Amino acid sequence: MAASQARGRLKIYLGYAAGVGKTYQMLEEAQELRRQGRDVVIGYFEPHGRKDTIGRTDGLEFVPRRRAEYRGTVFEDMDTDAILRRRPQVCVVDEFPHSDIPGSEREKRWQDVQVLLDAGIDVLTTMNIQHLESLNDQVWRITEVRVRETIPDWVMQQADQVVMVDLTPRALLNRLARGVVYPPDKALEALKNFFQESTLVALRELALRQTAHEVEIRQVDYNSPGFQAVPSDGEVTDEPPRSQERILIVVTADPSTAMLIRRGKRVADYLHADCFAVAVQNNGENKEAISQQRDAVERHLNFARNLHIEARMLGGHDVAKTVVEFARLNGVTQVFLARPSEGRWPAFGGRNLVQQVVRLARDMQVIIVADRSKQRAH
Amino acid sequence: MATTTKRRSPEEILQQVQAEEAYEKRGRLKVFLGYASGVGKSFRMLDEGRRRHERGQDVVVGAVQPQRSPEIEALLQKLPLIPFRIVDGVAVMDVDAILKRHPGVVLVDGLAYDNPPGLPNHSRWQDVEQLLEAGISVISSVNIQYIDELREQVARITGKYVSQTVPRSFLNSADEIVVVDAPPEMCITRTDGEADARASSQAQKLSELREIALLLAADVVDRQLEQYLQRNGITQTFGAQERVLVCITPRANGAVMVASGRRNADRFHGDLTVAYVRQAEISADDQAALERNLAIARDARAHIEILDGEDPVETILQFAREHGITQVFVGHSTQERWWERYTGTPLDRLIRGANDIDVRVFPH
Repeated sequence: MAASQARGRLKIYLGYAAGVGKTYQMLEEAQELRRQGRDVVIGYFEPHGRKDTIGRTDGLEFVPRRRAEYRGTVFEDMDTDAILRRRPQVCVVDEFPHSDIPGSEREKRWQDVQVLLDAGIDVLTTMNIQHLESLNDQVWRITEVRVRETIPDWVMQQADQVVMVDLTPRALLNRLARGVVYPPDKALEALKNFFQESTLVALRELALRQTAHEVEIRQVDYNSPGFQAVPSDGEVTDEPPRSQERILIVVTADPSTAMLIRRGKRVADYLHADCFAVAVQNNGENKEAISQQRDAVERHLNFARNLHIEARMLGGHDVAKTVVEFARLNGVTQVFLARPSEGRWPAFGGRNLVQQVVRLARDMQVIIVADRSKQRAH
Repeated sequence: MATTTKRRSPEEILQQVQAEEAYEKRGRLKVFLGYASGVGKSFRMLDEGRRRHERGQDVVVGAVQPQRSPEIEALLQKLPLIPFRIVDGVAVMDVDAILKRHPGVVLVDGLAYDNPPGLPNHSRWQDVEQLLEAGISVISSVNIQYIDELREQVARITGKYVSQTVPRSFLNSADEIVVVDAPPEMCITRTDGEADARASSQAQKLSELREIALLLAADVVDRQLEQYLQRNGITQTFGAQERVLVCITPRANGAVMVASGRRNADRFHGDLTVAYVRQAEISADDQAALERNLAIARDARAHIEILDGEDPVETILQFAREHGITQVFVGHSTQERWWERYTGTPLDRLIRGANDIDVRVFPH
């Protein structure tokens, strides 16, 4: 085979909770592919003691898991090297957002999957909507659970197909009550937390909308109806067409920056806008404060890079001025800033970063991103 | 989760009790929604019927499609069937026989079929409504091309215009809606010699239809969430759907703001509201400018709200919180009054009070 063999195809079965049937449906497809004569193996499968699902693995070859010790306990994980040696056409990989055992070659299972895809192996995988990076804060609001294992949005965008595995929340709750999803003690625990009907309904809506979005961005014709909103009077507005939208995210040391980056990137993806992130290194401040802050800023810039945002550090004395000048030079149309925390609103006279940018950036939109980590005040 | 319980008037409580009673007596409606024939709606519907039957529920088949695959025939073998009756040579669902038999659950395929003239109900979905009112639960399936409000949109993609439809409101009344999602290639039956170009254009069409189905389901789910929260007296915002609120004033650059609001709402498949907080004694020029901005909002198919309140900032924030707004768009005048240096501008107060709502500032 030529060295430049085609990259494998990735198919994601997307759900909104455990027990909706993602793994089952993935295995159904694996069986179908095997019937069609393709060479299918299971790279990783999490049985969760579900009989129906386990039954769907009948006749499929398992690539044995590798074992690794971490802090005195032996863990099992997908053996990516063994799969590469086995070279199947199709590999089933359950639980896409899973973290690898610390000390492994890669940190995340989705990175292992990239390796398989690069080797030309098609991959079928499963995940829940909660694990999509850009939805992390919204999911936190809905569930009060901070999901740590996330999939960057670009990874999902690269998938060839995203299929929604849908089950109504009521049906899911029935399954849970019948003990199909978890053993009884765990089921009771789950019902108290995550599996409340309103929570499930909201997560399901997120999953449906995300799947619709994934379907839409894969459509060849971006000029299809509903894609571009042309003002109905046909008048040309000052606003540039979508391809010219450019979003700039202002990164600081503030902990809310992660949230800001996720939101800015999500809006950029939906608006098909270019997205950059900058931080300003203020040379005027005292040295110790700088080194602490710098670490946080570096972390945030790296986080942005992991989400495929072009990120860089700028030098300057006046943060607001530096940001706005950079924005102007680079044709930015929208500046995204974090909401100042309550302590950062000056009593009188002074101005916080948001106030300064709003006053300087007369020729662009300024978006102050909500703090979605806090409960709604009433 | 942010939750509060609203204090309600006796009328509201009575209304809720009545609504609950009516809801309790009514059968439950579950709909499998497909975006093309061949995705497996009917199969999913019948398979659910079979599972419930096996778990001991009283399930009967009320209506099935005339063309059936072997898989569907196999499922039908396992379920009791109430045969169609023939009226003027047309096979129709036997509503009276079903009512008499009064099963727990009836499976009804082909919701959009019209009945022949002379029957009490014009359409099969109205038959279903009657069964639900009688306390019989219904599991059904429908293809998006038969949803009345989507008919034109779907026809633009498929080139086929259907004559028999189900109103969207009927779908909204469903207790459960399930999208039968499958990647387009499953539905493509490619015959030998068919050009690749044709197949890919078909894939494109199917993909557009699939998107419509997913978004329709998301909207119905959103409505259900709202109803569920209302039934339980909870005001709560999850922000699963983006809701944009554009605040206009006479001076605001309405054209830019509303166009941007429309585009953001469309791209997120969200909701667009344009609000104006009534100001006392505005000049004739301002009144005219305001009218122009409101006209732009109407053209953009926004919900329009004229709000009253002493403090515009508080009024907007309160409206936004009550309506689950996720993004507020405001204009920002380039002129600043000297005292605002000390009191803070209305914009500052809005940003400060917005907490969990994004604020998008437009210079003007």
